[in-house]
Amino acid sequence: MLLLAAVAVLSIAVGAKPLPLTDVWQGLLHHDAAEYAVVHRMRLPRTLLGLLAGAALGVAGAVMQALTRNPLADPGLLGINAGASAAVATGALLFGIGGVGGQVWFALLGAAAVTAAVYAVGGGRGATPARLALAGAALNATLYSYVSAVMLVDTASLERLRFWTVGSLASAEPSTVRTVAPFMAVGLLVALAVARPLNALALGDDAARALGARPALVRGAVIVAITLLCGAATAACGPIVFVGLLVPHLVRALTGPDLRWLLPYCAVLAPVLLLGADVLGRVLSRPGELQVGLVTAVAGGPLFLWLVLRGRVAHP
Amino acid sequence: MITLRARGGLSLRLRPRAIAVGVTCVLLALALSVLAIGSGDYPMSSADVLRTLTGQGTPAEEFIVTELRLPRVVTALCVGAALALAGAVFQSLVRNPLGSPDMLGFTQGAATGALVVVVLGGSSLALASSAVVGGLVTGALVYGLSWRRGVHGYRLILVGIGTMAILTGVNGWLLTRAPLMDAARAVLWLTGSLDGRGWSNALPLLIALAVLVPLMLAGYGPAMRLVEMGDDTAAALGVRVERMRLVVLAAAVLLVSLAAAAAGPVNFVALTAPHLARRLTRAPGPNLLPSAAVGAVLLVGADQLALRAFPGHQLPVGVVTGVLGGAYLVWLLATERRAGRL
Repeated sequence: MLLLAAVAVLSIAVGAKPLPLTDVWQGLLHHDAAEYAVVHRMRLPRTLLGLLAGAALGVAGAVMQALTRNPLADPGLLGINAGASAAVATGALLFGIGGVGGQVWFALLGAAAVTAAVYAVGGGRGATPARLALAGAALNATLYSYVSAVMLVDTASLERLRFWTVGSLASAEPSTVRTVAPFMAVGLLVALAVARPLNALALGDDAARALGARPALVRGAVIVAITLLCGAATAACGPIVFVGLLVPHLVRALTGPDLRWLLPYCAVLAPVLLLGADVLGRVLSRPGELQVGLVTAVAGGPLFLWLVLRGRVAHP
Repeated sequence: MITLRARGGLSLRLRPRAIAVGVTCVLLALALSVLAIGSGDYPMSSADVLRTLTGQGTPAEEFIVTELRLPRVVTALCVGAALALAGAVFQSLVRNPLGSPDMLGFTQGAATGALVVVVLGGSSLALASSAVVGGLVTGALVYGLSWRRGVHGYRLILVGIGTMAILTGVNGWLLTRAPLMDAARAVLWLTGSLDGRGWSNALPLLIALAVLVPLMLAGYGPAMRLVEMGDDTAAALGVRVERMRLVVLAAAVLLVSLAAAAAGPVNFVALTAPHLARRLTRAPGPNLLPSAAVGAVLLVGADQLALRAFPGHQLPVGVVTGVLGGAYLVWLLATERRAGRL
């Protein structure tokens, strides 16, 4: 929690325009301060969005890993975020929809479709981590080539989506946060609510039934939660990879496999990672900035390799 | 299946169906090439094209065919064949129908190498060599990281996917670094396109194919078929599994990198061509030559489709292969899933 607060402060304080901390404080509290606009219109919404999106992606990753019983499940790696992007690109192409308010519905639709597909492939018996990850990678490639096809055919869509497709918090406005927050809140609540029966499900369907859980209902709820979380996060900041993969692994080292502890910790630590990456992106390439999606990909990849090479991923 | 036996214990097994498929695909690729050469702003009949190719055309036709259209078609044929061959090798080695080089990061590595040149500015030769270096470095990295008393398919897949994700991020970063004009060029290149390809693009690939294909086929074709039965079995039958894997992988990575240098990372040819070839020949094993023929047909066909699908608007070929390949992939996931193979 302390860590989260520290990163949030950093995120508000650090930016393309360097401001001393006292000015930031002034801007935060006083309407008439010169920095009010910078802090309230740009940095505060951005930080809030980072908090929400990070929590959403982290929790989505954790429940996905539990649902598919696959340590490599990640909304970015398995193509769910890409599915949401593809749906958003379709919306931009056919209906010229660019704002977050419209994007969010398309993103939810796309996320739902791919979640169902991934579950169909990965939920079955005999789906090893490698196979599931490959299927996800292939799905990702398909959806991205579709998105780039849309952007090449229609220049208007290219203009609308060019920066969104790399994954960035930069476009955050107060209205963005207001639009996606309800979806993420519902998703988080659903995920927390099913943590207990999902724990039981890890023992196998029969054992779970004996413990009073209803497997079909739980799985349905989890898919709804993943859809809401990933769809809303993607609609707001574009596809971001690896946050949903890494945070649950890091947290599991702290809390153990119990989802009732795992999920809240994920919801706290994932935003730390995302905001940290965002701040890093802003610091590294001043006066411009590096999109957060790129930072998480480049920094998260080696951690993924480490997980694989440490043998944390079961041999098929 | 026919077995030919010669005196002295030499024998050769032939599959008539595989041969028929291979020959048909080569003929189809040639026919498509002639059509492709004949179409454009200055239409020529197939007879004219053939006459010009044999050296009996007018000087104008000669120029159009040999300088403008033939290089593009030859590049398409070579890129298709090289990608498909590499795809067949990879799918056979990692024993997974989805294990193609574009899923495992090798194509992205070549793209990173090329993007560095695009961003820094440089000639097309520098771009090609940088792409090859990028691909080979990625190949060495993935191979080295997945080495643990030998390389196993599943670890290669996971390391490859991780590498791919990192490199995709790096590529995105390079794109944001580039000035706008270069970025537009780079995006087009990243999709995979055959626009304005000359002999300088086709030749390195042509040479590599001429050298590597006989090497792979004669040196390691039978060994690859044995390794598909499992490392231990193959080793018991006298195959040096690790050495064969290293050589064949290096050759495949070289082909992919050169193909990416020539036309950009064209998606999905490496994935789909070997599948189609296997369905057509109904033969087990890596099906190297039929795959290469199918790949050539696919890429020339896709390029023509890209040119003609929207009149007055030329799409890069990578878009067509991406969308068609994606549709095929969805179908594949559905059927393989039903059959319990995935």
